[in-house]
Amino acid sequence: MTDTALLDLETRGDITIVTLRGDVDLDVSPQVRRALKGCLDGTPERAVVVYMGEVGYVDSSFIASLIDAYQTAKRLGKGFALAGVGTSAMRVLRLGRLDRVFPIHDTVDDAIGALG
Amino acid sequence: MADQGPVPGVLLAEVRVPARSDQLRVVRRIVRDALQGSAGIEEIIADVVLAVDEACQNVVRHAYSGLPPGDMVVQLFQADRKVVVRLMDFAPPVDVSRICPRDLGDLRPGGLGTYFIRAVMDTVEFRPPPPGAGNLLEMTKRIR
Repeated sequence: MTDTALLDLETRGDITIVTLRGDVDLDVSPQVRRALKGCLDGTPERAVVVYMGEVGYVDSSFIASLIDAYQTAKRLGKGFALAGVGTSAMRVLRLGRLDRVFPIHDTVDDAIGALG
Repeated sequence: MADQGPVPGVLLAEVRVPARSDQLRVVRRIVRDALQGSAGIEEIIADVVLAVDEACQNVVRHAYSGLPPGDMVVQLFQADRKVVVRLMDFAPPVDVSRICPRDLGDLRPGGLGTYFIRAVMDTVEFRPPPPGAGNLLEMTKRIR
């Protein structure tokens, strides 16, 4: 696991894939929050999929970033989904009962399929 | 370091760092490494690491809010069948009555950290800080 979260953006058709890597904590979650909002607000893409298969530790500040992005997507009428959520991150999502809120898929392809 | 009252167990680790977000990964690594050599149960380690990280975040974001960041001290003890964490800062005393976890049904960013701490630890309480310190938070986690 790297010490610093990295973030990659990729567009597949009209969906943006955001790949996160490393630990997403208070030190980097503001950067993640800005990136997610930037993918949603004022862009032509109709949905965002956040791929978390390479994420290590996550905390409440990252969860807050996801909630913020999810609410922005809903407000704009866009799709939002998570993919490849690992055991550690899923545990934190479940702790906040957010596994019942966010659409969560095993793979990016599954998420894209579900977004229609 | 100032006297913090009776020692609650065997000291496993102690770290003093500036209360900045870039220090959180340092604290997490030290706590994780110390517990892997003692408690050794991955679920318990994950819970304690999360609670320590979230409590340190509160110090970074709230205790020193509007002030130049001071230090925070994390001590990790192992007592009989439990892990004890003490987190001390040198900020003005917090108003404990204003610290409360948010309702999970209220979907909004923020406010989850305190909920996480209370959800994963068995006890969480502010104790009288030693002279010179601002706040002393003590958390315990039973080892089953």
